[in-house]
Amino acid sequence: MPGISREEVAHLARLARLELKDEELDHFAGQLDDIIGAVATVSDVANEDVPPTSHPLPLTNVMRPDVVRPGLTPEQALSGAPAQEQQRFKVPQILGED
Amino acid sequence: MADLTRLTAAETAERIASGDVTAVEVAEAHLARIDAVDEKVHAFLHVDREGALAKAREVDEKRARGERLGPLAGVPVAVKDLFTTEGVPTTVGSKILEGWIPPYDATVVRKLKEADVVILGKTNMDEFAMGSSTENSAYGPTGNPWDLTRIPGGSGGGSSAAITAYEAPLAIGTDTGGSIRQPAAVTGTVGVKPTYGGVSRYGMVAFSSSLDQAGPCARTVLDAALLHSVIGGHDELDSTSIDQPVPDVVAAARNGEVSGLRVGVVKEFRGEGYQAGVLQRVDETVELLRELGAEVVEVSCPSFTKALAAYYLIAPSECSSNLARFDAMRYGLRVGDDGTHSAEEVTALTREAGFGDEVKRRVMLGTYALSSGYYDAYYGSAQKVRTLITRDFERAFAEVDVLVSPTTPTTAFPIGERADDPMAMYLADLCTIPSNLAGNAAMSVPCGLAEEDGLPVGLQIVAPAMADDRLYRVGAALEAAHQARWGHPLLEEAPSL
Repeated sequence: MPGISREEVAHLARLARLELKDEELDHFAGQLDDIIGAVATVSDVANEDVPPTSHPLPLTNVMRPDVVRPGLTPEQALSGAPAQEQQRFKVPQILGED
Repeated sequence: MADLTRLTAAETAERIASGDVTAVEVAEAHLARIDAVDEKVHAFLHVDREGALAKAREVDEKRARGERLGPLAGVPVAVKDLFTTEGVPTTVGSKILEGWIPPYDATVVRKLKEADVVILGKTNMDEFAMGSSTENSAYGPTGNPWDLTRIPGGSGGGSSAAITAYEAPLAIGTDTGGSIRQPAAVTGTVGVKPTYGGVSRYGMVAFSSSLDQAGPCARTVLDAALLHSVIGGHDELDSTSIDQPVPDVVAAARNGEVSGLRVGVVKEFRGEGYQAGVLQRVDETVELLRELGAEVVEVSCPSFTKALAAYYLIAPSECSSNLARFDAMRYGLRVGDDGTHSAEEVTALTREAGFGDEVKRRVMLGTYALSSGYYDAYYGSAQKVRTLITRDFERAFAEVDVLVSPTTPTTAFPIGERADDPMAMYLADLCTIPSNLAGNAAMSVPCGLAEEDGLPVGLQIVAPAMADDRLYRVGAALEAAHQARWGHPLLEEAPSL
């Protein structure tokens, strides 16, 4: 498997929404390379005839009757918000100037 | 009056029910113990003094009115800071949730309250339950009461240290790759990972949803069973909750018996990397099982050697997805919202400031494993390994009733020793991970002190899914036989704080 470069870590950090500092890029590149080298051994035993298991339980969609039940009040739902306005979550601008 | 903090949970409940002591006296004794020792141990992130005393008063009033009390009424418990607690801070050991006060209770917390258990506070943990040493807490590490310079295990180190230091007789933990059992092993206490789906995950801050499982931490097998029976059972708020009754774990713990039981010793869990003193105590305990009438055979589970690798692909993949909710929009920290940054930039700046190293490492590892072009080689292969591990367990359980192994390859290591070497840290969960991948039930019970360092060693017992009662049957038999040999519980050999 290919090694993980500093540029790849920067790319992963962007995908993962992490604004990493320069020194972190070097630090994580070495560590992620070691970890990925070690975990890549899973492909040694994974033959095509082995079905994958994503979950220990056979999951089925759990449906319930469509009945109105009490939930959190708007005040409760907003109680942990960093910023709120008019009973809504207030977020920074989504779109740029142009 | 004898020190109330030294009683087991079962004894405490009995004495409260009989009127020998009040729940308030018991709560005050534990709060005083926390005041006296927690500065050294740092098991708690938040102590809810008022909430605990109010609940204790309520229990005493119920008793005075002649109401019937539950089996753990008035007994104090410490809760890992990963469960939402209405009105009480919940941080998951992370800066990103510092000061967050949830508006609702996790199902486990609700059940504790309904059972009149007294919640003392929230315990320290590795950030988002990622780690094996509690050094990844944003609020500083917890010490192991056996030797405060050593780790108490992780990620539930606060929970295990709290019961070891007699700050609480019971604690709640969560186990994604061993975070209840590994701390139990290195602190000489009892820790149980129930069958996946056996205890509700509603209100647990999710790390790896297909692996996370809440469970009891205690000083005795019976105490763990009493707590397990309070928190277990179906919950319609959790779609992964099993809709079947919890096996009678309390009866099993009261009737510890292994005569005629078939016990498999996992061949793959020994050799290089295993401390000699750990293997010695485990071998002696296996011999003890034989003396108690169990039939012991060696069992091979060849895929277990790939479990660690599969885990460190699956858990980070699920975590990278679960932790996407920490986007600085609806709760928690927000950094960079000064009018010059977009929402996306604020998210990235907040996650950079709010997450610690281990969380960042795993989020990026998961992002990598799930990315196009690598998915089949990493995540897809890891899921196939999960199938092979499940098959190994099925073959083994066709021959034997339970499996045993060391819980951890070594005793508690010094704080800081593995902090800069993630792979070395990950090895602490080598023996516990297969049960998380397969979803079956597992327990760690103390089996003595390692000769070379005088630190606790744990034996892991594994049972098939929904056969949790077998763990308690075997654990209780071993506990009784060990204590008959030692003349006292293992924890009495721990230094006083």
